[in-house]
Order: sequence, then C-alpha cells, then structure tokens
Amino acid sequence: MTYDLVVVGGGPAGLAAAYEAFNNGIESILIIERDMELGGILNQCIHNGFGLHTFKEELTGPEYAERFIDKITDTSIEVKLDTMVLDIKEKTIYAMNPIDGYMEIESKAIILAMGCRERTRGAIYVPGDRPAGVFTAGAAQRYINIEGYMVGKEVVILGSGDIGLIMARRMTLEGAKVKAVIELMPYSNGLNRNIVQCLEDYDIPLYLSHTVTQIIGKTRLEKIVVSQVDDNKKPIKGTEKTFTCDTLLLSVGLIPENELSKQAGLQIDTRTNGLVVNETMQTSNEGIFACGNVLHVHDLVDFVTQEAQTAGKYAASYIKDEYKKGTSVKVKNGKGITYTVPQNMNTISKESIRVFMRVSTPSYHQKIVVNCGGKEIASFKKKTLLPAEMQSIVLTKEHLAAIEGDITIYLEEGK
Amino acid sequence: MYDVVVIGAGVIGASIFRELTKYNLKVVVLEKEIDVAMGTSRANSAIIHAGYDPEEGTLMAKYNVWGSELFEELCKDLSVPYKKNGSLVLGFNDEDMITLEALYKNGNKNGVKGLALLSREETIKKEPNLSEKVRGALFAPTGAIVGPFEYTIALIENGVMNGGEARTSSEVIAIDKKEDVFTLTLKDKTKLECSYVINAAGVYADKVHNMICEETYRIMPRRGQYYVMDKSQGDIAAHTLFQCPSKKGKGVLVTPTVHGNLLVGPNSEDIEDKEDLSVTNEGLDAIKDAAKRTTDKINYRETIRSFSGLRALSDREDFIIEEDKKVKGFIDAAGMKSPGLSAAPAIALGVVDLLQKKGLKACLKATFNPKREQIRFMELPQEEKQALIKKDHRYGRIICRCENVTEGEIVDSIKRPVGATTVDAVKRRCRPGMGRCQGGFCGPRVQEILARELHLELQDIVLDRDHAYILTGKTK
Amino acid sequence: MTAELKKLTCIVCPMGCELQVDEKKKIVTGHTCKRGEIYGIEEVTHPTRVITTTVKLAKSIYPMLPVKTNGAIPKDLNFKCMAILNQVEWRAPVKLGDIIVKDLLGTGIDVVATRTMGLKK
Repeated sequence: MTYDLVVVGGGPAGLAAAYEAFNNGIESILIIERDMELGGILNQCIHNGFGLHTFKEELTGPEYAERFIDKITDTSIEVKLDTMVLDIKEKTIYAMNPIDGYMEIESKAIILAMGCRERTRGAIYVPGDRPAGVFTAGAAQRYINIEGYMVGKEVVILGSGDIGLIMARRMTLEGAKVKAVIELMPYSNGLNRNIVQCLEDYDIPLYLSHTVTQIIGKTRLEKIVVSQVDDNKKPIKGTEKTFTCDTLLLSVGLIPENELSKQAGLQIDTRTNGLVVNETMQTSNEGIFACGNVLHVHDLVDFVTQEAQTAGKYAASYIKDEYKKGTSVKVKNGKGITYTVPQNMNTISKESIRVFMRVSTPSYHQKIVVNCGGKEIASFKKKTLLPAEMQSIVLTKEHLAAIEGDITIYLEEGK
Repeated sequence: MYDVVVIGAGVIGASIFRELTKYNLKVVVLEKEIDVAMGTSRANSAIIHAGYDPEEGTLMAKYNVWGSELFEELCKDLSVPYKKNGSLVLGFNDEDMITLEALYKNGNKNGVKGLALLSREETIKKEPNLSEKVRGALFAPTGAIVGPFEYTIALIENGVMNGGEARTSSEVIAIDKKEDVFTLTLKDKTKLECSYVINAAGVYADKVHNMICEETYRIMPRRGQYYVMDKSQGDIAAHTLFQCPSKKGKGVLVTPTVHGNLLVGPNSEDIEDKEDLSVTNEGLDAIKDAAKRTTDKINYRETIRSFSGLRALSDREDFIIEEDKKVKGFIDAAGMKSPGLSAAPAIALGVVDLLQKKGLKACLKATFNPKREQIRFMELPQEEKQALIKKDHRYGRIICRCENVTEGEIVDSIKRPVGATTVDAVKRRCRPGMGRCQGGFCGPRVQEILARELHLELQDIVLDRDHAYILTGKTK
Repeated sequence: MTAELKKLTCIVCPMGCELQVDEKKKIVTGHTCKRGEIYGIEEVTHPTRVITTTVKLAKSIYPMLPVKTNGAIPKDLNFKCMAILNQVEWRAPVKLGDIIVKDLLGTGIDVVATRTMGLKK
C-alpha cells in the first residue's frame, strides 16, 4: 500500500489535518483510526462549548466532529477504521485490522494525531485499597454517554479540570449525588464557566488545596478520606474528612500519547510530554508532522483545528516538494511560562507564526514578552492569564524580521 | 470420592494439583476466590531466586535450588513468560562485602550453580545505571524472572486438561474425618469426600489447618508494597538487583519484569488483616528512599501502578511441608514465605512423594500431556500473524492499546479451561489493562467482550471478585 | 441592603470578575466590562442553561443518542427536562439536528439530536 499522506488518528486533529492537506492539492490520503468511528474523544464529549473560534457558534463535541467528518466524506480521502498502528519506521507504517490483517503502508509524509490519554491513580499515588469504583473521568464519560451505563450513585471527583467539572454536572443530571470536587491546587484548573454551570448550579462543593489521602473498600469503593494540603502540597494531619461514596472519578491530567512517536525515534519535549515541532508542525524527522493533543494538551478544540490545519498545509507542501528548509531558532520559555509550541521556528518567508503556551500560575495584568538577544521584539498585554487556559500569540512578519537568534518568551508586569 | 483435595489455587496448590494429575488419581483443587492466583501469587516480586539465601539444610534451601532448576522447562511447556536474567546482590560497604562472601559460601553449599563474586568494575559493566557507591556484587546467573500469575493459571489449566478438576468460588468452611475419609463442607453447603487433604491455603493455611487439626503453627501476613514502572524505565536494570540483607531487613529490589516493566519494592510490614492489600504513602516513600541506594536513575513519574502483596509467614523458621501428627492424611504445604514461588515446582514433587509415603497409591498416566499453549499475538512471526487473522479476524483487532492485546486473545482467555470471568482475570491471563493507561481505554471493551462471551449483562461483570461491581445500572 | 445583593462569578471571559447584583434595582457592581454587567442582570433575573444529555436509541451501533436543547431554557427546568428525556426512546436512523422533542415544556425550545446515527449493520 502506498499513499502520499497517512494521518494517524481520526479525531479532531487528524480530520482537520487531512482535510487541509486535501485542500492543498493532495489526493492520496489515508486516515487510520483505531476506534470504530471517526471523531475521537469528541464523540463522548456531548456537552457544548466547542467551535466558538472555528465556526463562531457553540457546538457539542459530536456536532463539531460531524462537521469535519462530513467534509472528509466528500473527498477522495480514504479511512481505515478499527485499525491500529503498531509501528512507524522511517516513512513506513505497520498497522493491523481484522479485515486487511497486517499491513505495511508506505507514505511520502505522515501526520501524527494520536491525541492523549488520562493520568491514572498509579501516576498520582493515591494510597489505600484497590476496590472497583475508581474511574478516570474519561472512562466514566464513555460508560455514561456512549454505552448508557451509570458508574455509581454517590460520587467524589478528584481534580477540578474541565473534564472533572463536566462529569460532576453530567452525573448529577443522570441522578447521582456528587458530594464534592477535590482540587490539589489553590485554584481550579477548569474554566469559570464550568465552575458556575457545573458545580454552583447544583450546589456541589469545591475543596481547593485538598487531596484524597485514603481509598477504603475491599470490593467496591465505600469511603474516601480527604485532607487539606500545605504549600508544598503535602497533606496536613488533623484535617481529614471522610466521604461515604461508591465512586471516585479521577480528573488529574492528560498525557500526550507518544509511544509510537518514541518508537519512530522522534524528539519529545519533557515540558509537554509531547513531540517537538517547528512552526510548520514538522517533528524532528523530515516529512513527519504532528498536531493536536499529541503535541500538548489543549483545552479548546478550536486550537487543535488551527494547529492541524498548519500541519496539513505544510505536509502538503512537503509532498509537493515545495517545503522550504532553513535554519531554525529555538523558542525558550522564561519566567511565568511553562512551555511553548512550537519549540523551534524557521522565520524565513513566513507571513506570521502562532505560538501556543501556558502560564505556570494565575497572573493578572501582565505582558507576554518575546525577547531575542536581549531585545524585546514583541509584547502582548494580557489582563488575565490562567494555567487552565492556553494562550496564543501571533508573531507578524515585522516581528519575525527582527528575530536573529533563539528567542525567549516570558511574563512581565504590565499595567 | 476424591483421592486428593487441594485447598488453595495459588502457586503452591496449583503446582501440587498439576503434579497429581500426572497420576491415575481423582483430584480437585478448591479456591475460595472467583479466580485462581488471587492471593500472594498475584502480587509478589515475580522472581525465581537462585537459592544462595536460605540457610543450608532447610527445606527452603532444598526446594529453592531444586525448584529454580525446574522452572525454565516448565515455563516452556506451559507457554509462560520466563527469563533467566541473572541476579546481583549489591554491596555498598565493608559489612556488605562480608555478607556477600557469606552468601557466596552458603549458596555453594546449597548447590547453586555459577555463583561469582564481582568487583566494582565487573558489577558496573553488567549494570551501568547502578549507584556510584556500589563496591561489588554476588552474581547468580541462575536467578530468573517469571510471570507468577500466568504461571499459576497455566498450571491449573494444564491440570484440568489432564483430568483434574478445579473449582473456584469454593471456600472450605469445615473439615471432618471419619475413619479414613475426609468430608469437606463448602460455603454453599456442598460436601466433598476424599482420602487426602493438601492444605495450600496461603495466608489462611492456619485457619484451614485448625478446622480439623490442633493448632501447630500460625500464619502472620507480612505486607510488601511495590511500584510498577512504565516500560520506558524497563531497561534501567537487566538483572534483578538485590541489596544486601542486613539487620534492618532484606532491602528493596529493582528488577525488570518479563514484560519489560520495572518493578521496585517491597517494603516489609507485619499486619493483622489478611485482606489488607492497601498501599501507604509511608510505605511507598520508604521504598523510593531505599531503592536510591541501588540506582538514582528511576523516574517515578513513570509509575503506572503501586500494589501490595501479602507474604504468608508462619511462626516457624522454615516452610511447613508435613503430615499432621494426629490427623493422618492431612498434609500442610504452608508458611510459604520467600522463596515460595521459586520452590513451588519442587515442593509439588516433594508433596506427592510424601503422599505416596503416607499410603497414596498413585500410578503415572501414559496420557499426561505436559504442554499447554497460549497465543501471544504480538510475539508471533509476521506470516503467522497474517494467517491467524485470516482464520479468526478477532486477532486483527487490538483492544488494549498499551500492551497490544487482540480481541482474539481476550476471547481465548475466557474460553480456556478455568477461563476468565472478571476484568482482572482477563488482565492476568493476557494483559489488557496492565499498561500505562491501566485499562482506561480497554477496560470497558474487555467488559463488553466478557458480557458477550459469557452471555451476561454488562453490569454483571465485576472487576476482580464478588461484589466488586463496576456499573450500577443503565442510565435510562 | 446587602441582603439583597447576589454574589456571582462572571463567566463571560476568563477574568472571572466577582459580581454583586442588586436584584431589585438591577444594579451590578464588580464588573469590568459591559458584557459582564448584562450577564449579571440576566443571571439574576432569568438564568438559563443549555441542557446536553442522551436519549435511548434502538437499532444503532450505540444504545444512546446525544441530544441538546437548541437554545437555553430556564435553569430551574433542568431536572424536568431530564425527566422528560429519560422517557424518550428513539430509533435509528437519525440525522444531526432531527427534532426529538418539540417545544420542550412550553419554552419554545426544541430538543435535537447532536449526531447522525445509522442503522446497525
């Protein structure tokens, strides 16, 4: 089997990337998706709030996915569902499904869009027993929204990221009693809107600077113990509270799924756990591009789509032999910024480059400063910067012209 | 009427059970849990010790060295993952170096083959990630790693294939004896009769013993906690790395597993509750601290799971393998602390020998088949993979994305003798959920396959034991 | 008086201003923009929400169909809305946007399917 472009992953990133490549003149495209349908995680995110940037309207996850699936259907793009990519060596993809069996697929370019997975209990050391009834929020979401089964009746949620908050409301609407949402940090990692509409609407208490310190239950979960934590996030003795519950949902972070990327020998960024890319979303290997949560975990699908379009466009130019190589400068993160994507950029002959980043703590009235060799080449005033909200800045042609070496992006007080 | 009833389907009971099915006997193994290998056999260091540790002349020394020699062939016969990776006991100071010498001598007396004392350079050459402070090591080339629950399950399956009977969810609650016949009462009031009883009930062996015998020993569980690290950490160590046993205890080990993960642990805590498999912050922190002596290269952010196992220590120094002095025909195989797993194949031979000495008439069957096959799809050569998918398309569908387990393998684990009925039972047989996402993606899919194959409702499938329900009902 | 002041977190933007709304006089304080002021008054006088959930679906690859109210409904109807939708049984095939419940609880708002689901093969 041979294609011009193979896209690994049929979620929002893969779909948008494939469609963009098609629009840029590539016709021989294959999307490989391991699930039974396209759309990825959007299919189980039945709540609304998707697409404000991309479509200027508020859609649910499945609606957002369907817009792209419809577009793909009208093209020559091929799709293999229920298909697992097992390995990538150079530009050869080894994949498998029940109908075609084991396949070796040659491709001129590859776009990686495998998404991310949830952090589990093992990764966060919650002590105690190992009963049934401890779920990652995403697994519970799948059971409830796709399979139509409830995972429990009395629920505590650890982690106040958006998935945790969304699930608090979802389980409440389906008749469960959500007793508390527990957050380790002194601030929530979710959007304000979700705190109001998912917790406050239903009188669900949010315990900031708290964590679960004991799981109790020999067969099914019976109780959990929650403790307040100090500034070093260590539990404070004497602050224990016990909640009777049959279910604990974990919403404690997402990790880019890069096992294939590692097998393929691609460079990984330890800050994001995602792939290192340049401004065209090309990874450390020529002709292999990446986009979406496999790079860094997004809070808005709209940004995934933007990144995917960049990847699709440049993968097309690579296939058409129009990809312009050049020397890259490094994008470094300074004070207040935890990471940037892209990590490298080649500024030559670019109209503009968008840089995504996250801040380390909630900060107000700041400037995001772009510095090159001690010279400030751009700054962007921001009223509010929250770790939960990915930031993006656009470096214009003028900014780019001023870049002569590695750049550093950091925060500065900026009333 | 059975010739022999084995109580307990852990690795000791399973080994004895399979050994007995080589003979013309009516044999049954009874397990109180919903699946076999649910106690110590499912949570331990997964190591086959070479045998330099136990004191010369003990049962532990005898059966460890002997058992470790039998393991490789058994694992080959039973398609169980096994690797003779060799082990190193590390020395960090003068006291340690003396201990290593003593272990070396003791090992030689025990008949352990190939032992060697290594210099610092030789040690670091074998294991470049070791701490700078290492001074030397005892190298035991016969040390090995194994899949302990895979092994136990395989023994039971093979025993059943050879005519033995295995009953799960069959807790023995009473044992009586009239003349030469034992009557065992199960929790569901079923009664079984037999001539010999083997007590391999692990941490509950004292309880079972006392159902009919006078108390002669006590089992006091000792809990050990562990970290399982992602495969990204799997090549930090090639050998099983022990620290010197000292006054403070045995020290924690760092070892690769047969599946390419890294295992770090255990600590050691004497506890009361025989069901207490909880992990604690203190325990895990202590392990992390202790393991630093061995290597500082482990990235604990790559932890995929922590777990606890109970070792069935008795109030005696040695293994308890004997017929009760008063109740003839009641044989204990108890107090199986480390190296119980390593010793298991030899203990089985020893127990069968003991049974014969005590009057059991047993003739070898010509029909006994020592082989048991299990397909591990990803390990097959390319052409065989292709052929298998053609024959059964379910082998072409990956259900567990972390460990690359196919639907075909999962269905097989359900259809086998003493097949899986719970999500964890499938996991122990073919690994879906063992990987970094810990079943986040594949758990629901495994549950669906179980429900479909067993003709049950989705919500009837439990995680690992009765009452460990996963779902509470339909949303609407 | 302070007793009549309702405290709210503004959700219009990430700032999350802490608003205080005088219900009677319809005066908002604590906002930093016009949109926040409008939100404050609306949230106090007639708060509304979009409900997203599922209904039973027969003959499709999955047993549930995701649905939403195609506009916001008064917040206090959330559970009534759920009670109605819990009784609905739909059949594949269904197209995105198909009306599942017309004029929900007299609000003039419909409940619509949020994805297309084909017949099970």
